[in-house]
Amino acid sequence: MRNLAVIARRELAAYFGAPLAYVFIVVFLAMSGALTFKVGYLLETGVAELGAFFRFHPWLYLFLMPAIGMRLWAEERKTGTLEFLMTLPVTPVETVIGKFLAAWIFAGVALVLTVPVWITVNWLGDPDNGVIVASYLASWLLAGGFLALSACASAMTGNQVIAFVVGATLCFLAMMSGVDIVRTAFEGWAPGWMIDTVVSLSALNNFETISQGVIDARTLVYFVSLIVLGLVANCAILEFRKP
Amino acid sequence: MEPLIRIDRLTKLFGPIEAVRDVSFSVDRGEVVGLLGPNGAGKSTTLKLLAGYLAPTSGSASVCGHDVVASPLAARRSLGYLPEGAPLYDEMTPSGFLDFVARVRRLDGRARRDAVAAAARRLQLDGVLRQPIGTLSKGFRRRVGLAQAILLDPEVLVLDEPTDGLDPTQKHEVRALLREMAGRKAVIVSTHNLDEVEAVCTRAVVIAAGRVVADGAPAALATRSARHNVICIRVAREHAASAMDAIGTVPGLVAVDRPAATGDDTEIRVMAGGDADLRAPLHRALVDREVAVLEFWREPGRMEDVFRQLTRQVGEVV
Ligand SMILES: Nc1ncnc2c1ncn2[C@@H]1O[C@H](COP(=O)(O)OP(=O)(O)OP(=O)(O)O)[C@@H](O)[C@H]1O
Ligand SMILES: [Mg+2]
Repeated sequence: MRNLAVIARRELAAYFGAPLAYVFIVVFLAMSGALTFKVGYLLETGVAELGAFFRFHPWLYLFLMPAIGMRLWAEERKTGTLEFLMTLPVTPVETVIGKFLAAWIFAGVALVLTVPVWITVNWLGDPDNGVIVASYLASWLLAGGFLALSACASAMTGNQVIAFVVGATLCFLAMMSGVDIVRTAFEGWAPGWMIDTVVSLSALNNFETISQGVIDARTLVYFVSLIVLGLVANCAILEFRKP
Repeated sequence: MEPLIRIDRLTKLFGPIEAVRDVSFSVDRGEVVGLLGPNGAGKSTTLKLLAGYLAPTSGSASVCGHDVVASPLAARRSLGYLPEGAPLYDEMTPSGFLDFVARVRRLDGRARRDAVAAAARRLQLDGVLRQPIGTLSKGFRRRVGLAQAILLDPEVLVLDEPTDGLDPTQKHEVRALLREMAGRKAVIVSTHNLDEVEAVCTRAVVIAAGRVVADGAPAALATRSARHNVICIRVAREHAASAMDAIGTVPGLVAVDRPAATGDDTEIRVMAGGDADLRAPLHRALVDREVAVLEFWREPGRMEDVFRQLTRQVGEVV
């Protein structure tokens, strides 16, 4: 537990010590702002709510989370520090969780920096702040799920570009399993329960459920499972990739 | 008593490559073992197995009685390890890096600051403590890696090429450090520097093509040199003939080279059989014939020759 915090701390410092962090935060704020105001017409619709703002998060995260996660292991493998890290008296589980937490906290910081948008809508009108809080939670959970998948991809390779591409693909699969195209592909031949399962496994659907203000146990379990699954796979890949 | 480091029939295959094959040796407290061998011999692989970074194909290793596979954490707590090439986090400063290692190794507050300060002082890092590691020179990087390894004064030190890239003064410092620590710890250093082995190691283990080909005190290994027990005599050129006569009267010599003239001097090399010390009789014979001896010395036997001899043999066998 204690080592976990030590690892996470070092990793967070590494994020903020590299230009990537600031590039990421600027890109995230600029893109989410642009999408919200230009594409989502936040101001023109005249409705004081942040639906438009959160609606684009899954699509932003599809490449931003792999960008945060890609360095977690691939960089250490490339520079050789993995050997140093893995021969310290820490368990791989502590290292895996510590690294993930650092990335997740970093994503959380980026999210917190969007609070001015929230303040703006409160100043413009009278939004349902409960829904907005739920949406922030959904957004952060989704980021966590994607980061866990991206960390897995990073553990597979010493090449950050490959880690990014594989990570983005994994996130895409997790996200798309519930959209209409996939659903139609299953309809007609697959039994109803199977379609329901595939749809319920979609990160997008679960994200939308919470961001409508409905925080039910099933969706929370979904995101927590996605994260845990990613971390377990991460540990397994590390063990398996031991030369 | 269980030795601090025990390596038992350790084998590591990378697919078809036999990096390490049946390597066994142990290191007791007070020993500094120099691990020698040509490039690709399997030195680093052996050390990685010992540090628990690689999983052995077969065989076992233990540190302070803790098996490195079955109880890796306990083994690592007693182990200070410098990986090959001293990989470090470039974006951190030495002070931040050492602080991180101290935290992972469960030091708190004052004890942590003291340990970091002591290690930094020992490796003379004070001037660069706040400079990002990525901008340090190669020698300083190596010293940061060493500082990290000795940070908690571990019982077992495993250092892969610790003096590679250090300037002569720093090499000397690190050797002094190793000698100073030697009494209390078990130390393994891998190196290509044979002088270093003679200077600091109590034992040398030579591996070639993944196998141990020699294990013994450096001085004992040096006696396996073809030049061992060769005596060189340098005389003035006009005395060469009478010197040869004198040498002819000494029993027990197995070989006498032809005199080699260099300038006004002549050098004669003779070899005694086995370990027989024929210096006194030789010198007496020369003095009796009134030969003016300019120089007279016994070759100590060179590690370098032994190293080449040992590692060549293996190459031929394979
Ligand atoms: N990850 C790996 N995959 C495949 N082969 C490897 C791997 N690591 C090492 N080897 C091989 O194992 C052998 C031993 O390598 P090792 O690094 O232990 O040599 P070394 O004695 O440390 O050499 P050097 O003096 O050059 O450092 C070499 O043939 C090397 O190519
Ligand atoms: Mg090596």
